[in-house]
Amino acid sequence: MLLTNIDCVPGKEIKQHFGLVSGSTVRAKHFVGDFFAGLKNVVGGELKGYTELLEEARGEAVNRMADQAAQFGANAIINIRFSTSSVAAGAAELYAYGTAVLVG
Amino acid sequence: MDYGDLIQIFLPIVLVIVAYFTGTKVEAEHYKSIIEREKRFLNLPALTMEFKSLFKDAESIQQIERAELVDGSVVISVDYFKHFVASLKNFFGGALNSYESLLDRARREAILRMKEKAPNSDMIINLKLETSSIGKEGGSSGKGVLTVEVLAYGTAISLKK
Repeated sequence: MLLTNIDCVPGKEIKQHFGLVSGSTVRAKHFVGDFFAGLKNVVGGELKGYTELLEEARGEAVNRMADQAAQFGANAIINIRFSTSSVAAGAAELYAYGTAVLVG
Repeated sequence: MDYGDLIQIFLPIVLVIVAYFTGTKVEAEHYKSIIEREKRFLNLPALTMEFKSLFKDAESIQQIERAELVDGSVVISVDYFKHFVASLKNFFGGALNSYESLLDRARREAILRMKEKAPNSDMIINLKLETSSIGKEGGSSGKGVLTVEVLAYGTAISLKK
């Protein structure tokens, strides 16, 4: 699966459009991580646990989007966008969306 | 006045003082590392330009070998001292300089991490930056310490050698 956030796949021609595909995950922080994050809030700096958590969750969202595109028979997703929203205290939704196409 | 009262009064003050020294040190070290790594990636520009404005004719498109999505992200929080200063400033209004440097560090770090994932490409185009506040209680309006996540993503282009 080819993924880009531009409106084409360079050097290839778009043969068929399959419309919007998307994937999302909702993740909550876990208690132990949150405790250490609270300590880290005192000294400031990067919260590595959260960076990893969100990175992994975003990867999951992209995989779900790619699975959906594969079901249509697409081999590329173009114009991908990401968005993050906090839906509840301590939980975030990571959303990825794009246009599934067949290129060749 | 017993020990309980003393701890209640002095603990926040001690925390603010400790946070001032550690926070300043952490920030200085982070900036040092950011500037050093930015120098290393000078030959890999990240552009906000669209594909069509960079590659106008078929000939230049032929030059492209590979295009792939890359991203980089970081979750970063202010220290307790800056949080304290910001809450005072919030009361009187005005610029929150202490938060400006936090967001600056977060964005530059996210862009660097994105570049580190595509070290052999020639440019990253259509760069997008996404910032979201994942503050603790009640998000940005609550009393939680400001924690932001910055995501940088774009399309890494490798040209034929």
